[in-house]
Amino acid sequence: MALARSLLAGEPGAFDRFVETYRPKIFQYTYLMCGHREDAEEVAQETLLRVFEKLDQLREPERMKAWVFRIARNACFMKRRKSTFAPTHELSLDELMPTFRGDGEERKLEIADWSSLPDDQAIRSQLQRLLRKTIQELPDIYRAVILLRDMEELSTQETAEVLDITEDTVKTRLHRARLAVRKKLDHYLRGGNGEPQ
Amino acid sequence: MKASDCKEVFALLSQYLDRELPDDICQEIDSHIADCPPCIQFVESLKKSIELCRECAPAEEPSPLPEPARARLQAAYEKALAERRKAEG
Repeated sequence: MALARSLLAGEPGAFDRFVETYRPKIFQYTYLMCGHREDAEEVAQETLLRVFEKLDQLREPERMKAWVFRIARNACFMKRRKSTFAPTHELSLDELMPTFRGDGEERKLEIADWSSLPDDQAIRSQLQRLLRKTIQELPDIYRAVILLRDMEELSTQETAEVLDITEDTVKTRLHRARLAVRKKLDHYLRGGNGEPQ
Repeated sequence: MKASDCKEVFALLSQYLDRELPDDICQEIDSHIADCPPCIQFVESLKKSIELCRECAPAEEPSPLPEPARARLQAAYEKALAERRKAEG
């Protein structure tokens, strides 16, 4: 928020700091949403230009981040309208749930042991690569939500405003996106290749 | 306790971890999880998966910003600042 206030006040260095801070974030979003590096660069540049052009319309500096991502989301949307894209499909909750073995006191989940994960840097960086790939492959509506909520750490309300959907829809899509990512990582930890089971 | 109880818990886990559920539902989930090894295991895996997502650094950085593009952004910024100052009187 300090950066937003500095920018609006025209303080020296605020422009450079804003570009340095936000350009990689906007690029990450546009890259994951557009899928092509060239498109993502172009849309990120377009987003920044619109941010500066509309700066006099920003009324609440504390909402700067959500406001910027809303402009990025609209820029991606305009770009996509000019190109072809696959229709979105829904992720089914049932398919994302783990499988149980046995019943009653004996029942066990068929999932990996995640307990030693924090200590193993090599596994963590492999998982990071797989995670980025998995997010990239999620249907758009889920990818946008997990990007804003978990990678950019916007609130549920901010994410709903950016994407123009209800908070309940954000929660539903976030949960399914997280379960899909968890399932893919779990498969990898159990010795699979990260491809769907 | 049945697997179907666990599945009901699994369906609410993101909201539970994000503290977005009413207190009474949270308490019900807390008491279910406390006695349920499969749920402890699943919560752990989901928490760590979310943690990895939060730590995820961008795979690629944007190309360096070309000078003409930077100048265009700077010009738009200065114009907006001037309009803002004018509006504020």
